[in-house]
Amino acid sequence: MAGKTLYDKLWDAHLVRANDDGSALLYIDRHLLHEVTSPQAFEGLRLAGRRPWRIEANLATPDHNVPTTERSGGVETIVDPVSRIQVKTLDENCDTFGITEFKMNDPRQGIVHVVGPEQGATLPGMTVVCGDSHTATHGAFAALAHGIGTSEVEHVLATQCLITKKMKNMLVRVDGQLGLGVTAKDVILHIIGVIGTAGGTGCAIEFGGEAIRSISMEGRMTICNMAIEAGARVGLVAADEKTIEYVKGRPYAPQGALWEKAAAAWRDLVSDEDAVFDKVVVIQGEDILPQVTWGTSPEMVAPVSALVPDPAVMSDAVQREGTERALKYMGLQPNQKITDIQLDRVFIGSCTNSRIEDLRAAAAVVKGKKVAASLKQALVVPGSGLVKAQAEAEGLDKIFIEAGMEWREPGCSMCLAMNPDKLGAGEHCASTSNRNFEGRQGFGGRTHLVSPAMAAAAAIAGHFVDVREWMQA
Amino acid sequence: MKKFVEHQGIVAPLDRANVDTDMIIPKQFLKSIKRSGFGPNLFDELRYLDEGQPDQDCSGRPLNPDFVLNQARYQGTSILLARANFGCGSSREHAPWALEDFGIRAILAPSFADIFFNNSFKNGLLPIILTEAEIDQLFREVEAVPGYQLTIDLRNQAVIKPDGSRLPFEIDEFRKHCLLNGLDDIGLTLEHAQAIREYEAQRQQTAPWLFSN
Ligand code: SF4
Repeated sequence: MAGKTLYDKLWDAHLVRANDDGSALLYIDRHLLHEVTSPQAFEGLRLAGRRPWRIEANLATPDHNVPTTERSGGVETIVDPVSRIQVKTLDENCDTFGITEFKMNDPRQGIVHVVGPEQGATLPGMTVVCGDSHTATHGAFAALAHGIGTSEVEHVLATQCLITKKMKNMLVRVDGQLGLGVTAKDVILHIIGVIGTAGGTGCAIEFGGEAIRSISMEGRMTICNMAIEAGARVGLVAADEKTIEYVKGRPYAPQGALWEKAAAAWRDLVSDEDAVFDKVVVIQGEDILPQVTWGTSPEMVAPVSALVPDPAVMSDAVQREGTERALKYMGLQPNQKITDIQLDRVFIGSCTNSRIEDLRAAAAVVKGKKVAASLKQALVVPGSGLVKAQAEAEGLDKIFIEAGMEWREPGCSMCLAMNPDKLGAGEHCASTSNRNFEGRQGFGGRTHLVSPAMAAAAAIAGHFVDVREWMQA
Repeated sequence: MKKFVEHQGIVAPLDRANVDTDMIIPKQFLKSIKRSGFGPNLFDELRYLDEGQPDQDCSGRPLNPDFVLNQARYQGTSILLARANFGCGSSREHAPWALEDFGIRAILAPSFADIFFNNSFKNGLLPIILTEAEIDQLFREVEAVPGYQLTIDLRNQAVIKPDGSRLPFEIDEFRKHCLLNGLDDIGLTLEHAQAIREYEAQRQQTAPWLFSN
């Protein structure tokens, strides 16, 4: 019999019951909550007179709606009434049910997918769910993690289980080495460019290979974060010493004898040598260059040195029309150099790239330089209060501020147009977030997804540059 | 979810076909963070003469005297008599939420829109399909007799008229089981509470760190 994949192992370890109709009851170890997708779930619990099954399995923090400018006045000072009510409702629900919440001005507050791992609330081998599609992020810890809908949030609260079906196994192997200036973000954008936004549909994607092993935990989170943009609800990276080292000593991580036992078990969180995947894609690390998206879907991506594609030479009618529409929305010309795209704003943040390593990479590029005068705004938004504190302890905030960038409070910020940080119509933004859909960062806004280093370099130049040129100089 | 075993209540006739979910609960009320409290805005555009706003106190709003639910003889209605294709349009679950919150327990119609039909069962609301002829006859009786009531006996799958005559109806066994026992998806999973507890006990042995805080 063939061995098991990592996904198979995680699935088997959490199977409470197989139902007759092919669905299964899967046990959930960690449930993360934020203010947007939880209110109706709590309301449902209340209406049915139910209690959370295991209160300590839940952890909440508001992120989507919180303002990132000065906010010491608290929740009441949130200007938008819908945002204010959502944040207040989360506070009230967590208080009522006794769920631990890092409230808006708690130093541990932040984007839920940054907070979970940072606290050690996400552990290897866990099942982790959250009413948010970027829950895939936590798969970097060899945890089975994916987004769920609001009725499922209620179901998990009430039963600590999810009714679900098993996905297919897919392996994306990145062999070899990554070149200078090529980051985890470039790896995942390149992968999406190769397999497309539907490439992982119905699958749990395990990212493996030498290049993935060489990437830090922060970088692995960046990669798993965007599994959903490759069509897969689940992204996974096998556990290794880096995983275990990262978790060690975090507030929610096991300690003492329990730690030793846990760490030993986590070393088995890898796919067996003889495991069989339904789908395998192999990519050569050396082929990956710094990436920039030019269109309105994450698969519309190219190396920074490339030209904007020309729909006229495309033989596939669907692809040609899609490209034409995207170029029109993005205000770009066929065969224009990507490095000639002029920018209005730069956003460094989001659950994809707002961890300390991301901020260090951006700071290293902007240090001693000034943001281009043509830029309206360059935002740096740490993923959590603790990332912010760490960055400030390292003096990164000063580097950004001296360069002419804005240093903000933690939250989702300009990743989505749900709080005051937004793009204006027609504005081009170099963004370290994960979605470049029409209107995602603001009505009519034009998003280009890039790595933190690339975003930082673009902020200085006012247009895209190949960050590798600066690194060699 | 509320159990549904047997229910007796006043019947109100809503004599129009293709009542869509936007009519049942207009879109301005969907911004709410709640799933209860939609009752006062049920059929908002038909029920009131002014335009409804979210979070508004509806008690002082001008009522449309022609709308059936506003008429004195239908106060306290819990059974809605409706025409074909009830609940068509957008898939919003707010529609059954609003009906349920208003106090409706069952809807009788010759046909229902699919998603609405499914959503109703999840919310303890019983949609009953009768023939066109039976529905026509019920409309005549309800309009002729003030205070007209029906009894719905789910266990025996029958609508019982005041004269004791019975109109049988079909219902999927599984849905019937869920309604009789007040089981929604969560209720169904909780039927396996013992299996969940056993799983937890076993995990506590093999992976105790998952339960350490
Ligand atoms: S940072 Fe963006 S993608 Fe991540 S959770 Fe917030 S809104 Fe969603």
